[in-house]
Amino acid sequence: MIEIRFHGRGGQGVVTAAQLLAEAAFFDGYYCQAFPFFGVERRGAPVMAFTRLDKEKILLRSQIYEPDYVVIIDASLLNTVNVLEGLKEDGAVIINTVKSKEELNLDCKNIYCIDATDIALKTLGVPIENTAMVGAFAGATKLVSLESVKKAILHRFPGKLGEKNVKAAELAYKTISGEE
Amino acid sequence: MKTIITRGTYAAAEAVRLADVDVVAAYPITPQTECVEKIAEFIANGELNAEYIKAESEHSAISAIIGSSATGARSFTATSSQGLALMHEILYIASGLRLPIVLVNVNRALSAPINIWCDHQDSISERDTGFIQLYVEDNQEILDTIIQAFKIAEDKDVLLPVMVNLDGFILSHTYEPVVLPDEEDVKEYLGVYEPPHYSLNPDKPVTVGPVGVPKYYMEIRKQLNDAINNSVKIIKKVNKEYKKLFGREYGDGLIECYNLDNADTVLVAMGSVCGTVKHVINNLKKEGKDVGLVKVRCYRPFPKKEIKKALKDAENIAVLDKNVCFGFDMGSLGLDINATIKDKKICNYIVGLGGRDIKIEHIKEIINHVEKSKENTTKWIGLNKY
Amino acid sequence: MKQPKYPREEYFGPGHRGCSGCGAAMVARMVLKVAGKDSIVVTPTGCLEVFSTPYPETAWRVPWIHVAFENAGAVASGIEAAIKALRRKRGMYKDRKINVIVIAGDGGTADIGFQSLSGAMERGHNILYIMYDNEAYMNTGVQRSSSTPLFASATTSPPGKYSKGEDRPKKDMPFIMAAHGIPYVATACISYPTDFMKKVKKALSIEGPKFIHVLQPCTVGWGFPANETIEIGRLAVETGVFPLFEIENGKLKITYKPPKRKPLKEYIKRQKRFRHLTDEDIEILQKYVDERCKMLGLD
Ligand SMILES: Cc1ncc(C[n+]2csc(CCOP(=O)(O)OP(=O)(O)O)c2C)c(N)n1
Ligand code: SF4
Ligand SMILES: [Mg+2]
Repeated sequence: MIEIRFHGRGGQGVVTAAQLLAEAAFFDGYYCQAFPFFGVERRGAPVMAFTRLDKEKILLRSQIYEPDYVVIIDASLLNTVNVLEGLKEDGAVIINTVKSKEELNLDCKNIYCIDATDIALKTLGVPIENTAMVGAFAGATKLVSLESVKKAILHRFPGKLGEKNVKAAELAYKTISGEE
Repeated sequence: MKTIITRGTYAAAEAVRLADVDVVAAYPITPQTECVEKIAEFIANGELNAEYIKAESEHSAISAIIGSSATGARSFTATSSQGLALMHEILYIASGLRLPIVLVNVNRALSAPINIWCDHQDSISERDTGFIQLYVEDNQEILDTIIQAFKIAEDKDVLLPVMVNLDGFILSHTYEPVVLPDEEDVKEYLGVYEPPHYSLNPDKPVTVGPVGVPKYYMEIRKQLNDAINNSVKIIKKVNKEYKKLFGREYGDGLIECYNLDNADTVLVAMGSVCGTVKHVINNLKKEGKDVGLVKVRCYRPFPKKEIKKALKDAENIAVLDKNVCFGFDMGSLGLDINATIKDKKICNYIVGLGGRDIKIEHIKEIINHVEKSKENTTKWIGLNKY
Repeated sequence: MKQPKYPREEYFGPGHRGCSGCGAAMVARMVLKVAGKDSIVVTPTGCLEVFSTPYPETAWRVPWIHVAFENAGAVASGIEAAIKALRRKRGMYKDRKINVIVIAGDGGTADIGFQSLSGAMERGHNILYIMYDNEAYMNTGVQRSSSTPLFASATTSPPGKYSKGEDRPKKDMPFIMAAHGIPYVATACISYPTDFMKKVKKALSIEGPKFIHVLQPCTVGWGFPANETIEIGRLAVETGVFPLFEIENGKLKITYKPPKRKPLKEYIKRQKRFRHLTDEDIEILQKYVDERCKMLGLD
């Protein structure tokens, strides 16, 4: 089983990101589960969401305490939330930042940096980075295919909005994986 | 048939759509609300042809549903927590009038302090209202159980309201694959609703809800008690039929036994925590240790016979409760298992109140504790350490 | 216009968890500025209750209680009765007036709490009941209430192929309350703070049950940017959608007459909850507003 924890702020589509990843994984033949951290917070507050993927039916219902991956949609959280808490030793972080991994200096072996805000601004015209981060996750881990990510996005956001978000995911995927 | 990825509340709404319900009355309350919002959307878009009464309270929602059900319409309502508590008075009347209503309760803690997160205190507090009570483990089971609930409730040998309980947030807000049966298949399975002979109809006038004078009251209550006891057979039958038609079953419909062979230690639980328990059991099995689970799916009627049989070889019985019987220092399922099984060690664990997350380590702690325990005790699991 | 002086003290503290631009927080703040320290507040379940009291924090600097959603009128009745009893039997609060104030949402007032409110008013308890009206159940995510206006979109009255949104006009709470024969009923809007606070002050000076219906635009539920709360409220009054008046001992008095009523469209077009409406739909709504303004003698 693979466990992913998303960090962001209320209003950034954190829960949607977790759900899109689950759906993409489902298209790739995984069992999946996505759920928010059940808090009372309103707009702007730190929020978390979780995704589980497995080749077998997922039974576990607790929150995720020892993730294989942490996806950070808002780097300003580094100062306020222990985003690396419980991350497995060989786990990885995918983070939306303009900085390099050296500059970030995180206590983690595998770090993938991506300027998702820039990608979102270029493709969507607004700084909503959740779909780019799902694309980045796919590009960094290759756990789910870009095709399935696109399919999940189009399923959730039909029409123009979906197409723009597909561009965001695609650009992020290519940027992080170096593939053309 | 197709698979969608959806949250528990929407799985419930899909089931209501598939069951082609005639009247819905509801009042918003977290974490149930999304279920009736989705139903409102289905109706606004013409995907469900039903009347939706936007009641001004839960007391009125269940009252309206009693009115519609008594008039011969397939009727549905959903609620949680305070809303279910506000329905309390009327729940007894739904069963007393023998109306086949389906009520979805999205389990949430009761005030005070006010808390929107999951435990079972709300539905357990309505244990003795004469409703059949079913508890589900995942979103697929939500959908299947609601469809089954109409079949059970409307069976001429039952004619009782059914409460389908699903865990707030843990299921209601979790997104996972759910297989949607075809509309036509469900229509055929449930059939066009045929109301019981005592429905309100000017062509055949009947008096519903007369005064039950002492000479008759007790017999009428006995009939209700017999009906809910006898529903055991129907619940089992429906579970079997459903498997044949739709390919899925849940134990024998009443309980599900998981890894009981060779297990000295057996946990007994209800709702979504059964998933976490199974996860732990699978991991322990890989390490060479067998622990079992009896998942109680049907809480009322209480499947005494089946549970007794399932636990006959168990040495250490650990009962998990997401509720407390204040003043008895036990949970409700713990009490029932103690009343059902004599001469065995039974420990009771109060877990997950008000949304306290139940972790893998908690389940392991319970297994360790019950195995070491010399006598029957009650323990609260996962309390903060100050 | 001369600005009356109100105390500097704040009894509704900052740092609560309301959305930015939340009008409900403004209601609480303005009420307590006038009511002051000798007040006991009852709030039923709803946005205000939830965002002001996340344990172990509270925004309330006066005694405050939440019991449930449907019973604020009855809870306040009990508080008022206790004060009377304690005064009579234990000599407490001898020469002090204690204000018993309910601050409740439209759902907690006009729907689920209606019976409890009606009882409290009819029994003549000395309480001030303030209904902060954001025209839907906001705390649970914008479901319609009986106070939701005609054609507004809410999650349980969504527009769709077979629906234009809410299919019933707004329930007329002030007149229903006036029909209870209580001494003071008023409407107010947070965009007119002086008018609102004057009404609260007047209500608190009157013995017996009082009811104030205060309109409180909600950024989330109505769909407008957080910095426009006051402006939207002003438009509600200037277009005649929400007239400001008092009913004192049965006598209706308009307390603010817009110099020239603005077209309803200016109010409607600013809010996402009305965005599905056509010009013809807005015409229908305009007619409703015109009729009501005429009935009230606003034009
Ligand atoms: C008996 C009961 N039913 C439902 C609820 C859920 N609930 C809590 S607040 C609320 C809506 C509140 O609406 P309103 O009174 O208008 O206040 P607002 O949140 O809009 O400020 C609902 C439906 C509850 N707490 N208790
Ligand atoms: S939802 Fe509306 S009423 Fe509730 S806190 Fe936000 S702005 Fe205020
Ligand atoms: Mg409201």
